[in-house]
This record gives sequence, C-alpha cells and structure tokens, in this order.
Amino acid sequence: MAAKTSIGHDESQAKGGLVASIRRQAEQSLAFASLVLIFIFFSFANSAFYSWSNISGILLSTAVTGMLAIGTTFVIITGGIDLSVGTGTTLTAVMTAYFLSDLKMPFAIGIVVGLTSGALMGAINGLLITILKLPPFIATLAMMLIAKGLALVISGVAPIYTDSVSGWDQIALGNLIPNLPNAVLILFVSAFLASIVLNRTIVGRYTFAIGSNEEATKLSGINVNKWIVIIYAIGGLFTGMAGILLTSRLNSAQPALGAGYELEAIAAVIIGGTSLLGGKGSILGTVIGSLIMAVLINGLRIMAIQQEWQTVVVGIVIIIAVYTDSLRRRKDRS
Amino acid sequence: MSDEQLLVVEGVSKGFPGVQALQNVRFDLSAGEVHALVGENGAGKSTLMKVLSGIYKKDSGTVKFKGENVDVAGPLEAQHLGISIIHQEINLMPDLTVAQNIFIGREPKSFGKLFLNDRKLNKDAQELLDSLKLPLDPTQIVGELTVAKQQMVEIAKAISYNSRVIIMDEPTSSLTPTETSALFVIIENLKKAGKGVIYISHRLEELGKISDRITVFRDGQYIDTLKTKDTTIEKIISLMIGREVHVDLRPEANTSTSEVVLKVEGLSSKRLLKDVSFDLKRGEILGFAGLMGAGRTEVALALVGKDPITAGKVEVNGKVVKINNPADGVALGIGYLSEDRKRYGLLLGQNVDFNIILSSVKRYSTALGFFKKAESKKVSEAAVKTLSIRTPSVNQTAKNLSGGNQQKVVIAKWLTRECDILIFDEPTRGIDVGAKEEIYKLLRELAAQGKSIIMISSELPEVLRLSDRIVVMCEGRVTGIIDNKEADQNVIMQYATKYRN
Repeated sequence: MAAKTSIGHDESQAKGGLVASIRRQAEQSLAFASLVLIFIFFSFANSAFYSWSNISGILLSTAVTGMLAIGTTFVIITGGIDLSVGTGTTLTAVMTAYFLSDLKMPFAIGIVVGLTSGALMGAINGLLITILKLPPFIATLAMMLIAKGLALVISGVAPIYTDSVSGWDQIALGNLIPNLPNAVLILFVSAFLASIVLNRTIVGRYTFAIGSNEEATKLSGINVNKWIVIIYAIGGLFTGMAGILLTSRLNSAQPALGAGYELEAIAAVIIGGTSLLGGKGSILGTVIGSLIMAVLINGLRIMAIQQEWQTVVVGIVIIIAVYTDSLRRRKDRS
Repeated sequence: MSDEQLLVVEGVSKGFPGVQALQNVRFDLSAGEVHALVGENGAGKSTLMKVLSGIYKKDSGTVKFKGENVDVAGPLEAQHLGISIIHQEINLMPDLTVAQNIFIGREPKSFGKLFLNDRKLNKDAQELLDSLKLPLDPTQIVGELTVAKQQMVEIAKAISYNSRVIIMDEPTSSLTPTETSALFVIIENLKKAGKGVIYISHRLEELGKISDRITVFRDGQYIDTLKTKDTTIEKIISLMIGREVHVDLRPEANTSTSEVVLKVEGLSSKRLLKDVSFDLKRGEILGFAGLMGAGRTEVALALVGKDPITAGKVEVNGKVVKINNPADGVALGIGYLSEDRKRYGLLLGQNVDFNIILSSVKRYSTALGFFKKAESKKVSEAAVKTLSIRTPSVNQTAKNLSGGNQQKVVIAKWLTRECDILIFDEPTRGIDVGAKEEIYKLLRELAAQGKSIIMISSELPEVLRLSDRIVVMCEGRVTGIIDNKEADQNVIMQYATKYRN
C-alpha cells in the first residue's frame, strides 16, 4: 500500500475529525442532559410527577405533536418551513373520520385515507414552492388556511365520531406492550424509521444537501425540485399519521382541534438542535425536543402553575435553546 | 505534455447588451498541459470559461473537444463531456462530509437502490483521494475544513467525473504560500495523469512555476500565446495592458490642497488588511488601484465602520477617531458609494426624494419625529438640479433611473448629509460611456469644491485620468503611493502584482 503511506493522514486532520464527531455527539447529549435535568428537578419538586402513570401520560401527550415534529424536521433541514401541519392534522383527521363514519369504509381504508391526504397536502406544498416559486412560509401559510377551511366544510363544523368502527381507538390507546399506550409505541417506531430514512437513504442525503447549499446541489446534477416535493410529501405523511392518532385517541375528529400544533412542532424541532437555516438536524434531537416541551408543561401543571405561565416558560426555553445554538455556531466560525 | 489536443476554441464571440465580452478569441489545450489565461479585469477570461463550462452560450465560433465539435449547452453537459470548472468561490455543501460532497448525485446504494451504502461511498472516496494524493479524510464535514482543503474537495469532485479538462479560476486567491505549493503538487499530478488544466490567475509569478504556456486576453480579444519558459513577467504585463495611455486624459486641474482631512496609519482588519497607511487631502482625488482581492474595498468598509478595525489609527481633520459602526462613519462625514449601489446604496423601490433624504431624515424632522415633507422635497429638488439628475420628478422610483443617474442619487444622498469625505467604489461600473464622462466631471467638480475623494477603480485609465495620487494595493497591503505625474499603467501593474513571495 505504497500510495496509502505516501499520503498518510496528518495528525491534526485525524484529530479534527475525531474532535468534531465527539462534539456532535456531545451536542446531542447536551439536549438529552437538559431533558434528564428537567426530569429530575420535577421529580424532586413533586412526588406525583415521578410515577409511571404520569410518565406514560406525558408520552401520550407528545404522540401527536411529536409525530408532526418528526415530519417538520425533514422540511426544516431543507431550509424550509411547514406551517400547514397543524390544521393539516385537523383535515386528515376529519377526512379519516368522514371515510370511516359517513362513508362506512373499513378500518384499513381509514388509515390509507389519513396517510394519503397528508402526503398529498405536503406534495402540493412542495409544488407551490418549486413550480410557483412561492416562499415556503407563504405557500404553507396558505395551505394552513385551506386545510382549516376544508376541515370545517367536510365536517359540517361538528365532530365526527368514530366509535362505530370497532377497535379504532385501540390504535392510540391500546397496549401492545403492557402499560404503554400504542400511540407512544407508534411514535417511537416512526421516529426510528424516520431516522433511517434521514441518515441511510438517498432522500435523507438530498434533504441535507439542499438545506446545506441548494445551488451547489443543483449544479451537482440533482433534480432539486423533484426532491423538495418528495420531502414535503414525506413531512405530510407524518401529518396524516398525526391525524390518525388524534382521531383514535379522541375516538372522533374535532373540526377545530389542531391549529397551533405546527408551532409546537417547530419549537420541538428547534429545541432539538435542528437549524432553521437548514443543513443540520436529527430525528433523535427532535424527539428529545418534543419530550423536553412535554415534560416542562406537565411538570409545571403538576406544580400548579397556571397554564398562561406554562406557555411563557416554553417561550423562554426556545430563546435559550436557539441562543446557545447560535453561540456555538459563532465559536465554530472563529 | 503530449500532442493530444483536448480542447480547441476558435473564433468564439460573446456579447452582452452594451458590451462585447469576447471577440473572435481562440484558445487551445493539450493533454498533460497547464495553460494559463491572463488579462486585466474585464479582459474576457471568465466569460470564456463560462462558455466552456456551459454557463453562457456562445454567439459564434467553434469549440472542439477531443477533435469533435461540441455545443456545451449547460453545466451538466460540460460534466458529461469531461470539462469541470472550479470556481473562485467554493461551491460545496458545507454540512455534508467530504465523501458525500464528492459523490453527490452518484451515491453507491445497497438493498436494491433503496439505501445508501456509506461504507462503499467512503471507500471509493478514499481511493480517489489516495490516487490524487490528497490528504483528506472522507468522513470529515466539509464546513470544518480550511479553504485550501475545501478546494481539494472540489478538485477531487471534478476528477471523479472523469474530467479531462479542469478549469481553475483564481485557485490561489485565498491560499497561504504553503497551501499554494501543495496545490501545485496536486496540479503536477494531474498533468502526469494526462489531464489538461486551464489556469486563471492574477498572480503572474505563479505562472512561471506552474504553467507551460500563457495566453493573454485584452478587452475581450485574443492577444498572444507564449511559451512560459521563453517569456518574462514584464513582457506579459505589457501585453495585458497594451493600449495607449492618452496624456490628455490626465487630470486637467489638481485641486488638492495641503490640508490633510483623513490620515490612516497602520490600519489592519480581520478581513485582509495589513498595516495600511495613507493620507487624503482636502480637494484631492486619491485613486486606489489593484487587482481583484487586493483589499481596496476592504479599506473603504473599515473606514465606514462596516468591517471591524483590529489595529491602527484613523484621524479625521486632525483628531483621532473611533469608527465602530456605519453610523459613526456617517457622523464623521464619510460617505461610501458601493460598487453594488443597487444593494448597498439605494432603496430601489423608493423614490428619488426618499433616497436623497435617507441619511438626513433627522435634520428634516420635527422634535416629535414628524417629517417635514415640503422642506425635504425642496432640498432633494435642489440636489437633482445641481447634479443634473435626469428624472421626471423627485417622486420617480429609483429603480426606473439609469445607472448613471442612480449613482448621482447616491452622491446626492451623501452631499445632503454634508459628507466631506466621499469614497467611490467602482463609480462607473455598469454605467454607459456617455454617463461615465459626466460622473468623471462631477468627481472633479466635487474635488474643486473642497470635497476629498477616495476613488477605487479597477479600470486603470480611469484611475490615471482622475486621480491626483494613486495608492496601489496587493494582498491587503499598500505596495505603493504614486504621484499621478510618475504613474503609468506599467508602474501600477508592477506594484499591483508585488506579492510577498
């Protein structure tokens, strides 16, 4: 291996790679450490916090927004944003319930309808961004309003109940694993799959490439428009999943429930260390981010702090999370 | 060098509205050769390279690649043919690894195209890097590499397309001397592998070390091709400049006084500048000459408080001043007219009046912050008249004005603000010939009225014609301050290419 030895890898280089990879892992564990610290704090502050029923309640409460956050992670890594996932959840929930109750379709069709309507919405967002060249903010803001309106139209501004479909509520509330709601299991399995897609497949690679430098990606011969549509559609798939979970948990579709979820999802993604500028992010971070938000809100509630103040605390946490991230970035540059 | 002709360009022309960027030029490249292309800014080097890499479409002429006529319709076609360009600005995905960047769009897959095979990706990248003898780790994130190493990634990426022709546009402009030597070793290896390299550089000294032949372009025309070993830097410079300098274009009146209004000593900035010293007198036009990246604009940005000053002293009217931000600069009466006036000079969507008053809004407002519209309008109308800005009224939107008149609006803005030191960065860029004359006249008039002017320009005839004295820069340093009487293009070029090694 003469060629190999003649190059060698100078030491600083190898060290640089190692230091960088250690730091990347540290960043991840920093978010995780904050989660653990918050958890320990509340456990000491109130004994009611540290019980399995409360913890599984926390996990159940993150299922829907956590699912949205996973989808949003893809979109944000491209440097985009999706504001339509909140009311999109409402729309997919209403669509699912409409097919199940009003059209008396079987169980499986309900799931297919939920997922496809979500993916379709995402794909339309992608088309608006690539073909009409609308900024993602505007395209998905419009889609947010459209979804909100359609949900009201289809539902006739009244809840659609799905209790006629036997076992529908088991999707979220059943216990395939004893004492663990299925919704939580589904969230974790989805996160695992999403993580594989993001890190091990070509879609994931292009998600990072586009967010990192869209122009260079284009010049490398990649059909960026096509991939943006696919990535937004993947985001939409998770919106559909969230809609299904929501109907199952409530055994109904509520025509006004979902607005505002998109902001919780975006907050979770950002707390989890994904950069709004694109190019950086992870599903694990997003899951940790979702859990930090859920644990905070639950803990504050148990400590009998008013709901108004809970929201204020979440706002402050976002500021801290993003500020530490920008500090780290500035240090990187110098 | 073998005799295999990789590339033959003949009779290629390319025009843009108002400019003939290339006129019937030729160029050729053999396998295993480094062929340098030199010329002043605007000589047409970059245009030809953009034609070859499919970014521009030529108007006429032929391009033969390995003996066959080709039409490079876009960057992808260029890649397929085997022509790669490495731009001056790095064009990579900073958040991806070295290997991911090199093979973007051509990732090896496993399990039937569904999953990425990163092990093979890294192995392939390592093999490629080894074969090119590039000291890079395939798994390192590109954004964490030095510029020199990012450039190596670009080279590896270019080679990975099986390119035979590699175009390097100013590859050493941001490299240290050691990094430059390393790059030359890489280029030598490319030559041995039978690749052809087109090498564009302002650093004429480098050409002796790396190139086999040198072709000179001037004003979009082919001038000559010389064997490197048979020529000298002086000869190349004289071919680059070529045109006659008309004596009658010298400043008609030197209005410079002995009063120093701005004194800069040992100025250094984070970006580029090293120990820059000069002074500016009342009524003087001080020209700043140098090649691209010499640091002329950086001097201006430091003086107006946009770039942080790390060392040195600035005196305005005999008093030492601190300039921490653009507001400080403006308060001291230093007005900067950027070369990119559409971005940094004007609010294009606003009208002429709005733009002229922008820096002086406070003066035309009441204590409660209400705007004295009638008064401001009178002022801007007067400015339009004195500078003879051609606009139907001050209510015209700035973007509807011609380049020359837009430039005048920016001048009016600083005059209204009562700035006495005006820094013009490429004042005639993008302005047509007739309007240029008017801007020249205006600059001289302003100097005669006692304004002090720093004029940064890449056009040497312009510098020679207007400046009372000329500061020449290279690599962020001042390499010479010449009185106009002693200056000619030759002298300026020699100072402008005074690189440290």
